[in-house]
Amino acid sequence: MANKEKLLVVGKGMDDEMDHHFVDSPERGEKQRLLVIGNGMVGHHFVEQLVAAGGLNRFEVTVFGAEPDSAYDRVHLSEVFGGKAPEVLQLADPAWYEAQGIRLRLGAEVEALDRATHTLTLADGERFPYDRLVLATGSVPFVPPIPGHQREGCFVYRTLGDLAAIRDACAQARSGVVIGGGLLGLEAANALRLLGLKTQVVEFAPRLMPVQLDDNGGAVLRDKIRALGVEVLVEKATECIEDGELARQRLRFKDGSHLETDVILFSAGIRPADGLARQSGLSVGERGGICIDEGCHSSDPAILAIGECALWQGRIFGLVAPGYQMARAAVASLCGGESRFAGADMSTKLKLMGVDVGSIGDAHASTAGAQELLLLDRVNGIYKKLVTDGEGSRLLGAILVGDGADYERLLQYYQNGVTLPQPPLSLLVGEAGGAPAPLVLPDSAILCSCHNVSKGAVVAAVKAGNHELAAVKSCTRAGTGCGGCSNLLKQVVEQTLADLGVEADKGLCEHFAHSRQELYHLARVGELKSFEALRDKHGKGLGCDICKPTVASILASLWNEHVLEKPHRSLQDTNDAFLANLQKDGTYSVVPRIPGGEITPDGLITIGEVARKYGLYTKITGGQRIDLFGARRDQLPAIWGELVAAGFETGQAYGKSVRTVKSCVGSTWCRYGVQDSMTLTQTLEHRYKGLRAPHKLKFAVSGCTRECAEAQSKDIGVIATERGWNLYVCGNGGMRPRHADLFAIDLDEQTLIRYIDRLLMFYVRTGDRLQRTSVWMESMEGGLDYLKSVIIEDRLGIGAELEAMMNGIVGSWQCEWKSTLADPDKLKLFEAFVNQPEGSTPPRREERGQWVPDIAIKEVI
Amino acid sequence: MNGANQSAWQEMPDEQRQGAEMGPSRENVLQSEHGEWLRACELAALPEQAGRSAWLGGRALALFRLGERVYALDDLDPLAGVAVLSRGLVGDCGGEPVVASPLYKQRYALADGRCLDDPALKVACWPVMQSAGEVWVLLG
Repeated sequence: MANKEKLLVVGKGMDDEMDHHFVDSPERGEKQRLLVIGNGMVGHHFVEQLVAAGGLNRFEVTVFGAEPDSAYDRVHLSEVFGGKAPEVLQLADPAWYEAQGIRLRLGAEVEALDRATHTLTLADGERFPYDRLVLATGSVPFVPPIPGHQREGCFVYRTLGDLAAIRDACAQARSGVVIGGGLLGLEAANALRLLGLKTQVVEFAPRLMPVQLDDNGGAVLRDKIRALGVEVLVEKATECIEDGELARQRLRFKDGSHLETDVILFSAGIRPADGLARQSGLSVGERGGICIDEGCHSSDPAILAIGECALWQGRIFGLVAPGYQMARAAVASLCGGESRFAGADMSTKLKLMGVDVGSIGDAHASTAGAQELLLLDRVNGIYKKLVTDGEGSRLLGAILVGDGADYERLLQYYQNGVTLPQPPLSLLVGEAGGAPAPLVLPDSAILCSCHNVSKGAVVAAVKAGNHELAAVKSCTRAGTGCGGCSNLLKQVVEQTLADLGVEADKGLCEHFAHSRQELYHLARVGELKSFEALRDKHGKGLGCDICKPTVASILASLWNEHVLEKPHRSLQDTNDAFLANLQKDGTYSVVPRIPGGEITPDGLITIGEVARKYGLYTKITGGQRIDLFGARRDQLPAIWGELVAAGFETGQAYGKSVRTVKSCVGSTWCRYGVQDSMTLTQTLEHRYKGLRAPHKLKFAVSGCTRECAEAQSKDIGVIATERGWNLYVCGNGGMRPRHADLFAIDLDEQTLIRYIDRLLMFYVRTGDRLQRTSVWMESMEGGLDYLKSVIIEDRLGIGAELEAMMNGIVGSWQCEWKSTLADPDKLKLFEAFVNQPEGSTPPRREERGQWVPDIAIKEVI
Repeated sequence: MNGANQSAWQEMPDEQRQGAEMGPSRENVLQSEHGEWLRACELAALPEQAGRSAWLGGRALALFRLGERVYALDDLDPLAGVAVLSRGLVGDCGGEPVVASPLYKQRYALADGRCLDDPALKVACWPVMQSAGEVWVLLG
């Protein structure tokens, strides 16, 4: 390893001039120098694939990125304005490059390519020789040369740098216009909207997304986007940009009308960044793009080109997936392998401002003899079109707007030429017309295009014993890229299991053949208020450590009685039984509630004094509270006696329940805060504290889009906007971190609480045992969209009922410690022994000024 | 890995750790042909379908009450070396009464102390009798 690192850092030069940074080193041996220009999504994917193919044994790799940032997810750029930190978009970690021994030069503009001497020259004059060169330079936004396009306040939208400039300009602006109503233009419009600007989109063509959609689709999309407050103008050709009267800019259109705005974003298409290729005489297309063959070789066999800068059979592929295919083909050309680029399907599915849009194959029915099947529902904003062959037996293309649920299924029909069910109309009407015939795919069908996983590979993985979706995902990598195939993947796994005769057992344990959700309903409908009652009616045996706490949680969320009441106590895990958290030496930790981390000096002193008196180890938690470790169970009542007397209440850190609401100080102190996040935090924490759920629940509230409270890693995250609150749901940290999804925007406090009430009660009612909200939502058919329809649109008509249930629980909250302290029967069980009240403290040693356990566990399972 | 770790720490009353061990008073001991029965507590003091620890004969026991039946196991979790088994959840596995360790969830049979999840693990157990509403354990 050491050798290799040294080698790759210093490299080797061919001519004397290079010696100041290329030191001769014998071990480099026959390794070739591979230079990659461009560290965008495709450039990075190329490097990943190269590493995976063992290319580092053959090549010494140096990557040049013109931007100051390493590769990031450009497709989701607008999410930065939705509150996502730019780091979240990062795809390439410079540390990963370093660990692989790949040199990554960021902010490095390559100025010249000399093919005769095989040399690159950077803008600062530094030169690099190469044996092989990969151009992944991407594209540049096309700015139509209308007079005034270079005025201050005019921007393009492609890089994080562009974003930063736009954000700065928007701080002083009230309105913005995006020129271009294509895919990227709508993304850009979303960015402006999220920045709080009155936003308009100006499109030259007669409809939005003219390439992917037809007139009907464009019209439905326009309705939907207008409903979100974004005005759309079509068939508008901009003639010039000049000073405005009411705003900074005035766009003057060819038809004589005009529009005033403060900020202008150009999103009128892209042009391949092929400057180096042109300058060095590689063949390029008439309208730009480096000509490549199926192995991604340019006209110079030492040079390859991939991504948006490349031109294959006269076509530029402006999507990520074809770029990735080129990257794989290029790796095969360099390292050996089968992969070739043979063109790509430009079918695409995306969510624009929360609206599903899908376009497959020949969306415009331009194939000879093609027939169209349409479903147009202007009321609900849904448009679906199938393009079939003359007989209606093969799918040639499709358009979906407003409801993208059928996309994967249709794409499979299209890509694999599967015979359509008869009548094909059954594919469009879905549930109302009965379930469409099950989809039969050939084994060669690609389910996951991100990782190129076929149906056959998934079936083989299931047959090899991976019966859980998660196991299939981790061994095939299917569904771990964009996630777009997850529904289809689930279907294939379930179908394969059914074929194998394996029945998915939904029973909780040997004592109950029901899932948690079913038990919840049985308890509720039968008004069963104890474990025994539920077991006698629906289960058997004594129960176990799985069903008992599950039933306890169900009973707590239904009837909200004290967990230590006689019938419930023996159901509780030790943490719930002793209202504290068991540690490895048999002692417990204690967490008083400190809502939002807001605590008075007197409160801090009380906690400090209690810790000192009982010799407790203290640590600040991630949830902005203080954890006191090392309390014996017989000490817990005394410790809590002091805490309760000082006004503290239980933090319920021991329960599968609402833990904390993390917060920043918001507009109270912070000069950037736009809303009072502290007050909202107090309201939320006091409202939902103690709510028992299938798993723990974490909240956070950020007072502005800087997101200091990290709300997007929580089950419920709230981020302030100028106009209210954005609600994010179903995120989590932990073993498998997941970012929360944006659920609703610009809510007032009342609506926010109504949505959270409904969502939490729906989760409590339908979640599975130990299922976090993220998995709960993902496993729901329809996922986020379905959840939105239930919570926001009240599709099931249970909104009022869920709210009433939540109000009942909120009204019956009690501090479990306060009521325990008042009940001698409950206190009795905290005594160390049934025949002796006091225990002794386990062995301790001192570490950094505090007491810690001095016990070795033999073996941790 | 068998039986309890002798060097492991056991929860025990302070006065006994300090060496001031009190001999059991006569009315708490019953001689029999098998050995000494020690009085643990009243049956009513034990919660139903749950465990409770008792300090008896210089060690921590875990008493479990299932209806009128009481089981006595060593309270020491053989894996963790700490006395916590009495704080585990009681239930059954295929009809056999078990307790699950609250630390790492291994299940031990209440009848004979064997571990259902790891044949290498076992905890000691002792006969229990009840007389006049009181629970007695034969610590052989």
